[in-house]
Amino acid sequence: MSYKIVRKEDLNPQVFLMEIEAPLVAKKAEPGQFVILRIDEFGERVPFTVSDFDREKGTVTIIIQAVGKTTKDLAAMKAGESILDFAGPLGMPTPLDHIKKAAIIGGGLGTAIAYPQAKKLKSLGADVTVITGFRNKELIILEDEMKAVSNKLIITTDDGSNGLQGFVTDRLKEEIEAGEKFDEVIAIGPLVMMRAVCRVTEQYNIPTTVSMNPVMIDGTGMCGGCRVIVGGETKFACVDGPDFDGHKIDWDAALKRSQMFKPYEKRSCEEGRCRITGKEHCNA
Amino acid sequence: MPNMSLTKNPMPAQAPDVRNKNFLEVATGYTEDMAVDEAQRCLNCKNRPCMTGCPVAVKIPEFLALVAERKFEKAYEKITETNALPAVCGRVCPQEKQCESKCVRGIKGEPVGIGRVERFVADYHIKNGKEKAIEIKKNGKRVAVVGSGPSGLTAAGDLVKLGYDVTIFEAFHTAGGVLMYGIPEFRLPKNIVQKEIDKLKNLGVKIETNTIIGKTLMVDELEEQFDAIYIGTGAGLPSFLKIEGEALNGVYSANEFLTRINLMKGYKFPEYDTPVYCGKNVAVFGGGNVAMDAARCAKRLGAENVYIVYRRGKEELPARKEEVEHAEEEGIQFKLLENPTKFIGDENGWLKGVELLSMELGEPDASGRRRPVEVKGSEHILDIDTAVIAIGQTPNPLIKKTTKGLETNAKGCIVADDLGATSIENIYAGGDVVTGAATVILAMGAGKTAAAAIHEKLSK
Repeated sequence: MSYKIVRKEDLNPQVFLMEIEAPLVAKKAEPGQFVILRIDEFGERVPFTVSDFDREKGTVTIIIQAVGKTTKDLAAMKAGESILDFAGPLGMPTPLDHIKKAAIIGGGLGTAIAYPQAKKLKSLGADVTVITGFRNKELIILEDEMKAVSNKLIITTDDGSNGLQGFVTDRLKEEIEAGEKFDEVIAIGPLVMMRAVCRVTEQYNIPTTVSMNPVMIDGTGMCGGCRVIVGGETKFACVDGPDFDGHKIDWDAALKRSQMFKPYEKRSCEEGRCRITGKEHCNA
Repeated sequence: MPNMSLTKNPMPAQAPDVRNKNFLEVATGYTEDMAVDEAQRCLNCKNRPCMTGCPVAVKIPEFLALVAERKFEKAYEKITETNALPAVCGRVCPQEKQCESKCVRGIKGEPVGIGRVERFVADYHIKNGKEKAIEIKKNGKRVAVVGSGPSGLTAAGDLVKLGYDVTIFEAFHTAGGVLMYGIPEFRLPKNIVQKEIDKLKNLGVKIETNTIIGKTLMVDELEEQFDAIYIGTGAGLPSFLKIEGEALNGVYSANEFLTRINLMKGYKFPEYDTPVYCGKNVAVFGGGNVAMDAARCAKRLGAENVYIVYRRGKEELPARKEEVEHAEEEGIQFKLLENPTKFIGDENGWLKGVELLSMELGEPDASGRRRPVEVKGSEHILDIDTAVIAIGQTPNPLIKKTTKGLETNAKGCIVADDLGATSIENIYAGGDVVTGAATVILAMGAGKTAAAAIHEKLSK
């Protein structure tokens, strides 16, 4: 079995979108869930959060940043080509039905993952403020899409190159201080960003959901590699999450755990089998 | 006249200090002459005690008699009348607790090496045999099998031969379940498992990989498309020690460690993309076959010191004796009567040691094994950089959580009767998902029983 890439689009120099034919996954996918894919026989199983889905077309969209072996190899693939394995939807959907007014925070690539949440909330009639943050204006993604599914969209950049300088936490604080009363904040992005958002919302007592994305193999509760400590208890991001109460996450442990396979990622990029040239090693 | 030697023909194997550096199969298998010689030790007892010890009732004396006459292909046909996976069973069955434990020759001397001869026959067939086209009369009924481990494969094999249209659903990208992700290459080569699976495909069994029942498809959706369902999803949820430091880097569940190595071929990184971190000092916690597998893998990945840490004594180790012996020969160090109390990490979150508490054996507990009791004040530190927790698995709750009316017990196992029937009509279950973690052959036996029960039910 294989899964066809029906569309591929670059969103910025590092980030691209892939729409993949997977009718069974598309039929069941909900915001907050993820898929696991494997490019070919030699590939690693890598989780990607579902960014969008089209039940009628039978496609699932994922948004990818080319940072490691698998993501760089995916970047080299074209529409029309196929990947070998694509399984899902995995994890629990984000509970959204109870929210009337939400702030959705997307940090960098996290914006792609926050998009389906915003879309669903808007469709449920909630008031949605979206705050997205990027290092600079070249890296901004999904601006039009987010605009379409939010009541208010604030885009901020670390260097101010889009005219608004600062972190997502600065913008969130401003909104709250200006009197916006959010029932819930949903923060998706790098661990340090999610932790920073949680530190802000803790001060204002706003329930905050974060999306964890640890290394995992099966995505069904079998390997236990995706352990996250939540409120002192060990949870599996794959089946108990990937969304958790951000105020209860042990961020220190999560940050340290995220480093476990870092040295291997570098080696894999340098010495791994090259899918682009077909050479035995990428450096060969 | 039978061969009256009191001992089995020894199994040829790679030398311990050679094999603990490679992933090639440890036991290299009997030659034709060895197999014939061993088969001739069978007394061909009229009441066939050995067969009562086999969960799938292989016609043991009959196949041994055929081997003794060098009719290896005929012997293969005899075995496969009741056992769909002989190459697997010949390698991983605990024969010493099953068929061979009942062998009359074992009263004085060693029993007939039934498992070794079974393996020879299966390997002979793989090498020399031709698949005979089996004529299957389709009955137009459809059965879904959930999980492609030993239980599911056995049920599927029996059902397809009875004329059912069988589809297996597998969550992973590869069929085979624990035979692929759990048991290492050096004990059960993956090409052997693949050949057994290919045989089923040739019989017409369809296998849908990447399909997680309870996520991708629900059981009630399967009920709409199939006349019956067999659930053989195994015991896939790892148990942890629930002690301090379990989230440190370098601490694995046995499932993760073994899956990275076996299914994802992490031992061939970076040719394969999936890495497996294995340090110099590795402790495996637990005393079962999974623990032995993990320890022996760690050794092969280059660890200098590999410890099995087990809270009871050597006599109580639940692993097969052969596995314990193989591990010892390969240089695995046994730290018996020791129990971990906490993992110790460095400032960057990496494991650097484990605190152990010595134990002594007290009175027998409910399992009949002597209960380990802590020795007060005996805390001491073992320096390790990798820990593998192999203290057992429980069934995955995905199907339980998403299937209304499916009865499960306190341990999360599906409740099924002796024939595999569950609380929902036409849904059967068997193997580890019903019994909790057990053996390959018991799971196969359950698959066989349920296949017969499904046939009986659907034929009415």
